Amino acid sequence: MSRMAATRDGYGQGLLNISDDERVVVLEADLGKSTKSLHFRKQFPERTVSCGIGEQNMMLVAAGLAASGYKPFASTFAIFTERAFEQIRNGVARPNLPVHICGSHGGTHTGTDGGSAQSIEDLAIYRTLPNMTVMHPCDDVSAAELTRQCLDLAGPSYMRTARNKTRVLHENRIDDIKIGKGIVLRDGSDVCIIACGVLVDKALEAAEKLAGDGIDAGVVDMHTLKPLDGDLINRMAASTGCIVSAEDHSIIGGLGGAIAEHLSSNHPIPLERVGVNDRFGESGQAEEMLDLLGLNTGDIIEAAHRAISRKSN
Amino acid sequence: MMATTSADIANLEAIATRCRAHILRMTHRAAAGHPGGSLSEIDILVALYFSRLNVDPDKPKLEERDRFILSKGHASPGMYAVLAEKGFITEEDLSSYRVLGGVCQGHVDMKWTPGIDFSAGSLGMGLSFGMGTAIAARLDGSERSTWVMIGDGEMQEGSIWEAAMAAAHHELGNLTVFVDKNNIQNDDFVEVQMRMFDIPAKWAGFGWAVRECDGHDMQQILDAIAWADSITDRPAVIIANTIKGKGISYMENNPAFHGAAPNDEQLGIGLAELGLFEVGA
Ligand SMILES: Cc1ncc(C[n+]2csc(CCOP(=O)(O)OP(=O)(O)O)c2C)c(N)n1
Repeated sequence: MSRMAATRDGYGQGLLNISDDERVVVLEADLGKSTKSLHFRKQFPERTVSCGIGEQNMMLVAAGLAASGYKPFASTFAIFTERAFEQIRNGVARPNLPVHICGSHGGTHTGTDGGSAQSIEDLAIYRTLPNMTVMHPCDDVSAAELTRQCLDLAGPSYMRTARNKTRVLHENRIDDIKIGKGIVLRDGSDVCIIACGVLVDKALEAAEKLAGDGIDAGVVDMHTLKPLDGDLINRMAASTGCIVSAEDHSIIGGLGGAIAEHLSSNHPIPLERVGVNDRFGESGQAEEMLDLLGLNTGDIIEAAHRAISRKSN
Repeated sequence: MMATTSADIANLEAIATRCRAHILRMTHRAAAGHPGGSLSEIDILVALYFSRLNVDPDKPKLEERDRFILSKGHASPGMYAVLAEKGFITEEDLSSYRVLGGVCQGHVDMKWTPGIDFSAGSLGMGLSFGMGTAIAARLDGSERSTWVMIGDGEMQEGSIWEAAMAAAHHELGNLTVFVDKNNIQNDDFVEVQMRMFDIPAKWAGFGWAVRECDGHDMQQILDAIAWADSITDRPAVIIANTIKGKGISYMENNPAFHGAAPNDEQLGIGLAELGLFEVGA
């Protein structure tokens, strides 16, 4: 059995891993127990800033800290980072300040709180901001490592983490994890499934089942949506001739949108997007949401068949 | 405002006790949700729905109804309990709390539940929305009123103060806010997370009529409601001093029960403390 963990725990661990750097400052908006910044707060209360339930203020306090030489890491739920979108746009991204934002409980996988808490647009909106690095890791190992690598960034970043535990896929593979570089988890010649976050594991499951039907499907963990690993996509496109994207996010503007933009300019081949089809979520258990919204293993398999059938022979 | 006798008060208290039991059962069944803030708000909700608000369970969208906005939309079990007692939804609907396709979504939602006037869940939004319904009533030349319930943690959102300033500027005498001042927010006590200093002075400084009450004393709540109705030249705010988790010993004033459900044993203890016992449990 593989270990199970949530990417938000990876973020919490990642903050501890970089705590030796005294420029690291953590900002909270009354959700530290949930985003897992609480571990850092407990050990380093003097370097943790409670902003109350005030996300707009938090993002700009972080910007001021960054402009003063600190390395601020601000977290809240993905949905509530959006409350401060314009602050992030004008106060963080435009001046290109190294503020690192973590939005936890992203996607519909968050579950029973319902539609108001399920961000399905965060990756899309942050991707539109110049200077912004946008990430969505699939396990705690990569979440912790990407958090560490934020220290090397000259500009701001947004990382979405998820609430629930999923299979750990990158145990002992830290060297493969690099901001901006997709990770090939499985090679394939018929179709390549490019996924992020909680759907990476589903993509692997789908590939295994497709193998049973004689279809050779590759799987890529595209944990960085921006900058997008275009070279890897080109390689996969050339070797398979069709691509499926999979994400717990709207099909508009997220990973599928980014891949569509890239392919249409560089390598126009069939792309099928698995994601939330332009609707809001609702209350339900994580797996129920994936089924309801067409994001589960079976949906990825169907998308793979569609993509393959669209290839011109 | 109806005259209140001690029998009326006892009746309201009995409804509130039943609501507390609904809150425990709902969160227990869902193994999730927000009992603490539901138990702190519930006496006020019962007072409003059973003695003041002009609402009709058979016509939940009636244009001339008074509006109630639960801005702290996570405290939805309290809201659903009152809606069930009032007849907007059935008691069976309560078991759909947080269940896929259920009438009772995790956070209150006007698209899913009859009797809900605003889709909340993101804090700091309900007062602005309530300002909109209050202006609409004024434009319509209507006597209908708007009541908004916010949390004390929620008051840390800047948008609350944008709305507070604007509602006073526009002299919205048909708008009343209840602050559920239970002194606890998500991670910890309000004092730890973000001190609010002098809350009544803050609202007064923004141009509101201000009054405090014990948010678990029915008579005091009814008096405060009558007082709010008597203020017609500016918006009114009632700072209700409450206890998070009120009525259930192990939840009272305990931050752990902001967003955690009672387990089987805790449910039994809680119902017993309310003088009720689980049938067939
Ligand atoms: C904009 C926003 N930020 C954060 C949250 C997460 N959250 C849900 S409840 C809560 C604490 C609310 O405290 P309070 O307003 O005092 O409510 P109560 O104690 O009455 O439950 C927080 C931070 C949210 N729902 N909305």
